[in-house]
Amino acid sequence: MDKILVGLKRVVDYNVRVQVKGDGSGVETDGVKMSINPFDEIALEEALRIKERGEAAEVVVVSIGSSESQQQLRTGLAMGADRAVLVETGEELDSLSVARVFKALVEREGADLVILGKQAIDNDNSQTGQMLAAIWGRPQATFASEIKLDGDKATVTREVDVGLETIEIDLPAVVTVDLRLNEPRYVKLPDIMKAKKKPLDQIALADLNIEQGPPIQTTAFEPPAGRQRGVMVDDVPALVAALKDKGLV
Amino acid sequence: MTKVLVVAEHDGASLNPSTAKCVSCAAQLDGADIDIVVLGASVAAVATEASTISGVGRVLTVERAENTPALAAILAPQVVAIASEYSHVFGPSTAFGKDLMPHVAALLGVNQISDIMTVTGPHQYQRPIYAGNAIVTVSASPEHKVVATVRTASYQAAAGGGAAPIENVAADAEIPQHTRFVSVQTGQSDRPDLQSAGKVVAGGRALASEENFELIYKLADALGAGVGSTRAAVDAGYVPPETQVGQTGQIIAPDLYIAIGVSGAIQHVTGIKDAGTIVAINKDEEAPIFEIADIGLVGDLFKIVPELTDALS
Repeated sequence: MDKILVGLKRVVDYNVRVQVKGDGSGVETDGVKMSINPFDEIALEEALRIKERGEAAEVVVVSIGSSESQQQLRTGLAMGADRAVLVETGEELDSLSVARVFKALVEREGADLVILGKQAIDNDNSQTGQMLAAIWGRPQATFASEIKLDGDKATVTREVDVGLETIEIDLPAVVTVDLRLNEPRYVKLPDIMKAKKKPLDQIALADLNIEQGPPIQTTAFEPPAGRQRGVMVDDVPALVAALKDKGLV
Repeated sequence: MTKVLVVAEHDGASLNPSTAKCVSCAAQLDGADIDIVVLGASVAAVATEASTISGVGRVLTVERAENTPALAAILAPQVVAIASEYSHVFGPSTAFGKDLMPHVAALLGVNQISDIMTVTGPHQYQRPIYAGNAIVTVSASPEHKVVATVRTASYQAAAGGGAAPIENVAADAEIPQHTRFVSVQTGQSDRPDLQSAGKVVAGGRALASEENFELIYKLADALGAGVGSTRAAVDAGYVPPETQVGQTGQIIAPDLYIAIGVSGAIQHVTGIKDAGTIVAINKDEEAPIFEIADIGLVGDLFKIVPELTDALS
């Protein structure tokens, strides 16, 4: 296959404990460490392994956002992607608009496979891949834990609630990845230097003529209702007694 | 006029409890007419079960050989064909619904609201973001259909006792040929599945091996409980992925959750915070799991768990 497109979303780092701002206007992101969405890193790792097996010629990483997203794209290039595309916008796009951006890029680039994270750990929506498959009219294989390519087909194993489901899809297609697919590589310093010379194209969102919305407005942010700390018991008989008290055993 | 179409989740033989939870969510919409659609190859038994959920107006069945096993790309255009007369289309926020519903939304040209926790208005809902570290209120445009998934852990299943009529409908849609089911591999166990289990026993990284997870299985069996785990335990290969509870695994709300050797990372806690009673057993008294546990016991799980299993057997 010629080309794999991988989405890299800039999100608050996995290890940051996100807090709602005091005035409820959003979550605190000032001075917070930003990273590639962890699922997107797994998506990129998989694309790189496919290329390294000789099954794809080029891996292109894509991000949508402000110019700061260049950091995440450079990391993707350092991991081994060949090229990066930043669709620049100051707005936060809804999932359907993001899917439309990817469709426009798929057409422009002629991609055979789009690999995305199964969800972004900021809004936890888990929508973009499925929406792209729908508007592109191509197969979707969500929550992938194994991807095997065979000519113009792929066999994908998916993590579902009852276990593992395997489906066969025709290419081109959209795959969204789950945690167990692979373990992403660490970036080495020489690769960071090399990545600076790799091409990073910037496209203004307006130039893609994407229809947006209909939007879902976020009108309020609140901290979650907490659970109360309960009682401590000293031993198993006390635990069993407490459970019996509550009628649970 | 609020008309809600709930897409049923089922395995061909019985209805998944997530469906009755979606009905409970839909019932929070003022004056809503609620119908359920069951898509499958042969769905008489499932449709009969769905018809007993109270508050349901009609159960629609769409029978077609290609609909079993369920594949999102195949079901979505049929759901869209039926959705025209509805203002809202809801599905569960399970692997099934998460796969299907955004596809339906995009075919309808709308965005989706994921993981509804509370209905605060006909087009206004609350949902979690950042692994439940923030709860947002979101509003969808009243001029468009609302497509949403329901966070099943936030809702009790609607009661039974209903007797909705069952109608077979034709869902005129072009069925794509590009996606084919191959196989499904399920954990070979008679234990209740996580979504429907009233009790769940979960183990974390502290179990330290696949063999030691036997302790968890034995306690679960003594209680008739389902088995859960943390991402760390799954990543280490101690347990299969379908047992993972949390932000990126399953979100559950059993009456009793016993967390054993689980530290209580926010990504795990978000998956259990609606549980009735949380019991934590951990050797580290500073473990964050104790901050949310109703009953805590500090100590060596390798001594405590066998003792507890004996006491409950």
